Amino acid sequence: MQNQDEIQRLKHVVQQLLDEAKQQGATAAEAAFSVDNGLSVSARLGDVETIEYHCDQGIGVTVYFGRQKGSASTNDVSADSLKETVKAACSIARYASEDEYAGLPDPALLATEFPDLDLNHPWDINAETAITLAVECENAARHFDKAISNSEGATVNSHQGTRVFGNSLGFLQGYQSSRHSISCSVLAGSGDSMQRDYWYSVARNPALLETARFVGEKAAQRTVARLNARSLSTRQCPVLFAPEMASGLIGSLLGAISGSSLYRKSSFLLDSLDSQILPDFVRIHEQPLLVGGMGSASYDAEGVATRARDIVSDGILRSYILSTYSARKLGMQTTGNAGGVHNLIVEPGEQDFAGMLNLLGTGLLVTELMGQGVNRVTGDYSRGASGFWVENGMIQYPVQEITIAGNLKSMLRNIVAIGNDVDLRGNIRVGSILLEQMAIAGE
Amino acid sequence: MPLTEQVKQSILAANSLLPRDVDRVMSTLLSVPVDAADIYFQSSHFESWSLEGGIVKEGTHSIEHGAGVRVVSGDKTGFAYSDRIELPILLEAANNVKAIVRQGQQAQHRIQTADSWPQLYRPLNPLSSLADQDKIDLLKRVDAETRKLDSRIEEVMVSLVAAYDNVLVANQDGSLIADVRPLVRMNVSVIMVENGRREQGSMGGGGRSDYSYFLEGDRAMDFAREAVRQAQVNLQAEEAPAGNMTVVLGPGWPGILLHEAIGHGLEGDFNRKGTSAFSGRVGERVASDLCTVVDDGTLPGRRGSLSIDDEGTPTENTVLIENGILKGYMQDKLNARLMGVKPTGNGRRESYAHLPMPRMTNTYMLPGQSDPEEIILSVKKGLYARNFGGGQVDITSGKFVFSASEAYLIENGKITRPVKGATLIGNGPDVLTKVSMVGNDMQLDSGVGTCGKEGQSVPVGVGQPTLKIDGMTVGGTSL
Repeated sequence: MQNQDEIQRLKHVVQQLLDEAKQQGATAAEAAFSVDNGLSVSARLGDVETIEYHCDQGIGVTVYFGRQKGSASTNDVSADSLKETVKAACSIARYASEDEYAGLPDPALLATEFPDLDLNHPWDINAETAITLAVECENAARHFDKAISNSEGATVNSHQGTRVFGNSLGFLQGYQSSRHSISCSVLAGSGDSMQRDYWYSVARNPALLETARFVGEKAAQRTVARLNARSLSTRQCPVLFAPEMASGLIGSLLGAISGSSLYRKSSFLLDSLDSQILPDFVRIHEQPLLVGGMGSASYDAEGVATRARDIVSDGILRSYILSTYSARKLGMQTTGNAGGVHNLIVEPGEQDFAGMLNLLGTGLLVTELMGQGVNRVTGDYSRGASGFWVENGMIQYPVQEITIAGNLKSMLRNIVAIGNDVDLRGNIRVGSILLEQMAIAGE
Repeated sequence: MPLTEQVKQSILAANSLLPRDVDRVMSTLLSVPVDAADIYFQSSHFESWSLEGGIVKEGTHSIEHGAGVRVVSGDKTGFAYSDRIELPILLEAANNVKAIVRQGQQAQHRIQTADSWPQLYRPLNPLSSLADQDKIDLLKRVDAETRKLDSRIEEVMVSLVAAYDNVLVANQDGSLIADVRPLVRMNVSVIMVENGRREQGSMGGGGRSDYSYFLEGDRAMDFAREAVRQAQVNLQAEEAPAGNMTVVLGPGWPGILLHEAIGHGLEGDFNRKGTSAFSGRVGERVASDLCTVVDDGTLPGRRGSLSIDDEGTPTENTVLIENGILKGYMQDKLNARLMGVKPTGNGRRESYAHLPMPRMTNTYMLPGQSDPEEIILSVKKGLYARNFGGGQVDITSGKFVFSASEAYLIENGKITRPVKGATLIGNGPDVLTKVSMVGNDMQLDSGVGTCGKEGQSVPVGVGQPTLKIDGMTVGGTSL
């Protein structure tokens, strides 16, 4: 379901920009134009709270004068503004230093096949219907349990956008995609012992969203489970990251093996290619062409073809995550990851969530992390956490106001198991992850 | 008022919009019974230059403009925006958003628009305050001089960013209030290597000024020297301790404690809804009597300062905690009206495409009596945290974290060994009750803070004197 007229309209503007860049003397150029329209409605305490109509557009151009580079962007697509934007980019390029690695990708690597990845499912929903859904979601949460005492509300979001990218090598492509979500956040308890939690569902196709009722009830269930949380005494113990937390752990790994961290030498995994960074049962692969995937794309932010590949197999790092620039800096070839990864899959293990709790035995289940205490240069890791204390595979009580600490290098090497309870909502698909041991600081 | 005329020219006239067109859009918004309505016009210029590997690799430049149209009825808000400042589009937006008003009587809230307020910064365009070649030369000079500071330096990254923001707020009483907001920031970070060990140090600063700010004194190189010093310290750092201990926080940027532990929890929206751990606690003790904390948007030239907030309310110096007693909350117009109090000039938004909400400006603790050395001397065993990265808070449970990036052990009244960065965790409503000494060395941060809330980022400032807290959980690895 792609509106070719809209794509064509954007292509025309991108081509204009590229032509203008050439006109102004650029030896090469690339440009992107994106338009996004959306509706966001929230309800709180049984009634509508906000209705927001979103309408964003942005256009960006990068020009090269030989090996000198400049970029500029604007949200004004009038002809005058486009000229001025190109002029601003050209002016910057003239002042920028010669950078021998700067430039467009190797033409042979540009994508030539553009399969329909089924990313565009506009939701025929108006404000009235969205309000009804949000109210239904929040009501389900508020009536789920007597302990629910207050609400931050429920939100229904629907977004649809068109994105076109082109460069002076003749690449000019575009596609439409959609993204819809339902979320809910409620409170339980009162005074000093209030707790809050949330749940959300997100999908490209609204038919695949969890029901409003399910999202509300899950939010309520998660909130009530946190009541009467305690701290823990300072100790070492095994730690199980719930799937939605495990994706953050994998995100830190991706940051450390991405080209920009590597060529700046600000990574704890420098020179790790072809060496063991994870236990030998771990496989991590990228699947950019998954039909309907949240991260699917047939080309990256530079027009380079994406491809399915192993990033880690048998625990060994097989590939970095590179753009054209970072690849050239490292003397390698781009992996089609300008702008990031596209559906990163950590191959699930045998155990479901209950099985993972059993494997944990006695230790900490982490369901929320706070703060940015991850040092990418050294791998030092120290973050605020909350979750549950588990004994003999059974959840005992909620915990809060503790930290978990370690070093990512050894944390990754000491993964004991990965669950099959995969969280499919994001660009990183991973189940829960069990770590052998971390330092817990508490009361 | 010349500033308003200047902004009317740069936003309305530049888009062929007449003042009577603005009135027409407003009349459309007011054709239903609303409590408040506004139109927020904005035009922003932004640039960044960055150096790494010894060369100025790239720069970016952006121009964005647009208008946001809002109506509020009771606690309900309708909002739409457009990047096209054109009458038919604004009228359509106005018609869409007023649908939020489904019933009710004619609202009778008179709003008062201020007619004068101090200008806390000059209406400068920082982007044109320095020739592009001079920006490049500044970056290159900082790079070259930084590399001479220590032979273990492996990489130097320097960045320079500037924003020039023109805003115009049209309110339902027909007033038009303008602000021209410059903002600059510079950052230097270094990576140092010794015996295969690699550590980072980073320092920056800026404010509502132009690029000349970095040329005053030796400010740019001051950032560089500080970044190098931090990396040198980190190269020596040992494992951080884990557990509950006495923590001494240094002056200045560690004031991020206040931002996370109490600041967010004292924003009006959370308290109006009763979702904050501080809800309903005005008049209660939430800190030791040594603590007085303010949110002050009126400091001239500071990164977190604003002459007027994004609803056209002049900013204020709002006392949040006085001698340990909770005094009040930070408010925008909507939450102030619903709570029956005055707006405090804290209604802020990331841009025309975002809804305003109560946000902090510059949040800091007033100085106390103690000599900082005396504070260290009083600690038998503890942690001295001098610099921090970011933080986060759960306003409902009150639990907050902030991550030290430079810390030392205190042993028998002396600062001894540096330890690796660690996250500190505490409980907002009681952490300040454990403050047992407050230094006389109040400092504001250097102008680097950015606060995120519900997906919106705004520049903020923090500050504090040296503080002693009798017991916080330190998230190290050494048990």
